[in-house]
Amino acid sequence: MLYVIIKTVETVCFSDIGVVLLEIWMNSAEELSEMVKSGKIDTENLIQEYSKRIEKYDSNIKSFIQFEKNPSYLKEKKGKNDFPIPYALKDNILSLGFRTTCASKILWNFQSSYDSTVNLKLKNIGGILMGKNNLDEFAMGTSTEFSSFFTTKNPWDSTRIPGGSSGGSAAAVASCMIPFSLGSDTGGSIRIPASFCGIVGYKPTYGLVSRYGLVAFSSSMDQIGPLCRSVRDAAIITEKISGLDDKDSTSAKSSVNFKDIEKDIKDMRFVIVSECYKSMDPDIKFLFDENVSMLKWMGVSVDEISFSEYEMALSVYHIISTAEASSNLARFDGVRYGLRVNADTCQNVNFSSRSSGFGDEVKRRIILGTYNLSSDNYPVFFEKAQKIRRKLKHFFDKIFKKYDAVISPTSPVLPYKIGECSDIFGYYKIDSYTVFANLGGYPAISVPMGFISGLPVGFHIMCNSFQDELLLRIARAFEKKCGVFEDNFYPVPHLEMT
Amino acid sequence: MMRYKPTIGLEIHAQLLTKTKAFCSCSAEIGDAMPNSNICPVCTGQPGALPVLNSKAVEYAVKAALALNCTVNQISSFDRKNYFYPDLPKGYQITQYFRPIANNGFLFLNVNSRKKKIRINRLHIEEDAGKLTHLGGNIEKSVETLVDYNRSGIPLIEIVTEPDIESPEEAHVFMENIRNTLRYIKICSGDLEKGALRCDANISVTDTYNRRNSGRVEIKNINSFKYVQKALEYEYIRLSKSLERNEISSNETRGWNNENKCTFEMRKKESGKDYRYFPDPDLPVLSLKKYHIEKIKETVEELPAEKIERFRNNYYLSDDDIQIYINDVELSDFFEKCVVIYRETKKINSWLLTEVKSYLNRNSLRISETLFKPEKLIELLKNINSGRISNNIGKSILPILFTSDKSVLEIIKENKVEQITDEKTIKKLIEDVLLNNHDKVESYKHGKKGLFKFFIGEVMKKTKGKSNPILVREILEEMLKDGEN
Repeated sequence: MLYVIIKTVETVCFSDIGVVLLEIWMNSAEELSEMVKSGKIDTENLIQEYSKRIEKYDSNIKSFIQFEKNPSYLKEKKGKNDFPIPYALKDNILSLGFRTTCASKILWNFQSSYDSTVNLKLKNIGGILMGKNNLDEFAMGTSTEFSSFFTTKNPWDSTRIPGGSSGGSAAAVASCMIPFSLGSDTGGSIRIPASFCGIVGYKPTYGLVSRYGLVAFSSSMDQIGPLCRSVRDAAIITEKISGLDDKDSTSAKSSVNFKDIEKDIKDMRFVIVSECYKSMDPDIKFLFDENVSMLKWMGVSVDEISFSEYEMALSVYHIISTAEASSNLARFDGVRYGLRVNADTCQNVNFSSRSSGFGDEVKRRIILGTYNLSSDNYPVFFEKAQKIRRKLKHFFDKIFKKYDAVISPTSPVLPYKIGECSDIFGYYKIDSYTVFANLGGYPAISVPMGFISGLPVGFHIMCNSFQDELLLRIARAFEKKCGVFEDNFYPVPHLEMT
Repeated sequence: MMRYKPTIGLEIHAQLLTKTKAFCSCSAEIGDAMPNSNICPVCTGQPGALPVLNSKAVEYAVKAALALNCTVNQISSFDRKNYFYPDLPKGYQITQYFRPIANNGFLFLNVNSRKKKIRINRLHIEEDAGKLTHLGGNIEKSVETLVDYNRSGIPLIEIVTEPDIESPEEAHVFMENIRNTLRYIKICSGDLEKGALRCDANISVTDTYNRRNSGRVEIKNINSFKYVQKALEYEYIRLSKSLERNEISSNETRGWNNENKCTFEMRKKESGKDYRYFPDPDLPVLSLKKYHIEKIKETVEELPAEKIERFRNNYYLSDDDIQIYINDVELSDFFEKCVVIYRETKKINSWLLTEVKSYLNRNSLRISETLFKPEKLIELLKNINSGRISNNIGKSILPILFTSDKSVLEIIKENKVEQITDEKTIKKLIEDVLLNNHDKVESYKHGKKGLFKFFIGEVMKKTKGKSNPILVREILEEMLKDGEN
């Protein structure tokens, strides 16, 4: 086993009231926030503690694009300071005081003039933004290898990818360099890296969290959510960042309350779509089956169902997401902000700025999307994809009338070695199980379920839209009884210093 | 019958008079604001910014749709029109392509004193782009271009007609009707010169002898009624001639050159743009409840067609006169205020449309920009009617009424223009005239009756027009007769 249980290796210290405390950075966001609020620990200490870890380990992991040792934050203790802990953001979420690069050359020096709604919300309750995490350029990818700056390493095996696109966020949280980070999920971009890095990654129902200030990739599927160290953290963070936002017309009136999160899940009904087994790594299947047995032992019924259109989902996802991306990324034209490569005509400024500003994968998707939307191809690709998307949604809506949740592994494969995958479809395949939640707008979560050859593997749960409370209750029950969660801890990787 | 028959359709863009922009809370009343002083992340297409629909823009669009007899669609949606241009910050324009807010309207035109129906295919909501300034005059010569995003995101409605228009003149009249309608319901200023109303015109020409068609030409961004007609006339002749020469013409987009009064080629349509329309995922479907539409319907003000009927039935004015009032709401409001306090409709009408209007035109003023008020006109007319001043004196003091806030009576007194109606005074005046012109009196008596007018003229000259002309005439007649005996 490559991982070590923290209790056995890390120093144990004693607090003044005599309770055994591990290193500060081992605590969950929930615990940290309580400690600060009750005065057991000082905010400054907390910042220093995490700064030290970032300085110590991130030159190897490379999860941060920017990091601030002495970040500014609301210092007054009274009032609404009820979440006074450090956090990080995927670098496609706008934040005043930091650049927002989207890991792209075209925005390498971009400083936004306003704050994203999620960042504003966290700041207003005392949160301390410490840095911006690496990602695949414009969130297009599943490995961070498509970042224009550098590839983030998987903390469990630094020769492997951390998953993506929120790979920087996942690696930073997994290696306890930050209590939590917000990522964005368009086809699995929160859940895949959470799975590969052995932490919790949660994509809320589409509309639950405002997208205002998230640099858009595919607007109909993008959703902000937390990458964190426990299901309870996911719940708490989501309570803080969700809610109707009058700046985002797609945000929902619904709010969430996770007070029933500890309730058991006896007599619930889960379902597996049997087509998912086809592409699944046998070791992952073995681990998955073990956890399913555990669920059954807990009193949950698990059925299998077949759905012939299942394998179309990935194509549908790529047709729609590239189409929307081609339009969303049109604003990066070298005129108002970002990289400008000067040329003789305005058209050529557009052309040369975009040619040198975007990386290959982004270009590939823009070209595909442009192709899919051209008037000749629109009915053949885009319109047809929308039809199948509605069909998929119809299918799952029906499933959710009978079942509480759809379960699967988070990814059909283990994290690749960096540079190992030469086939782009190898990367696309990673999202096989996760895209459904985005196509249907459903909430979904990845919770660690075990290790294979020292690499973490995630368990994927998806519920009906706005059943986020149910989803997290299921995830919490799973976390407590199944998987590798013990005494309120997920295993922490042993990190190398450089 | 005309051998070459034009078929014309119009696409009209009208800026809505909402307080804020279509998808953000920036002010839409930009006026002469400093460039880029009226912008935000949304209307400059910053990364991460999202549009939020202005409900007032929807209300105004529905109002326009109802005024243009359209069917308002309870379900409509927004789409993206994708193309690169520096005045288009997001790289796409938000518009309604697949499901517009309204369809199937119409408007009646009065052409050669018959009614003609022009059908409206659709009406939809979209956003305006920014404004480019090419330093050094025009796009070809300039080396630098400045972009102002103040206008970016101002709500527009686009009105697309069916190709029902059969002459450039009809196009002109149609544009005038559209402008009046939008002004009457107070949703658009209708100022073409300020770009609040813009027009693209489509024309093709058919040779009715052999049924051959010319290509379809779209003329872009014409900013006056006069030029809509001029540009279409120019294209009609150009296309007819090309049919005459048996040339095959293709579809193309042309621009109108104001200086040379001609159109010029912009691009051939075959290589035209593919806008890659698709539904905007940032904006939910727009659904309107029936009662909501009904409520907006109640707010639709009197429309031009209704007003024409009312003016005809209530005031018995000629069609030409009515049209002047229809085109000038201020003047017609003025007229109606006058009519309420003084029943001499005909007199009020003729004063307004001749004396008042020619003063305003001479000084290029609108009536509201002067101190002239309905009460003053009525006071003036009453003084003329009572004989205190003559009609001509009335005309001569009118200009003072535009610039002074004194009452008519005060002005009459100040300028000593009260009419002389005292018989003795007039008699004395005439005696003087006749004495001084003894020779002419002799000639008159010998049959030169035409000199009568000369005597009247002399009397009026002496009193600077203040003598009551009827009295002068009567007394003069009598005195000359006396002399004969």
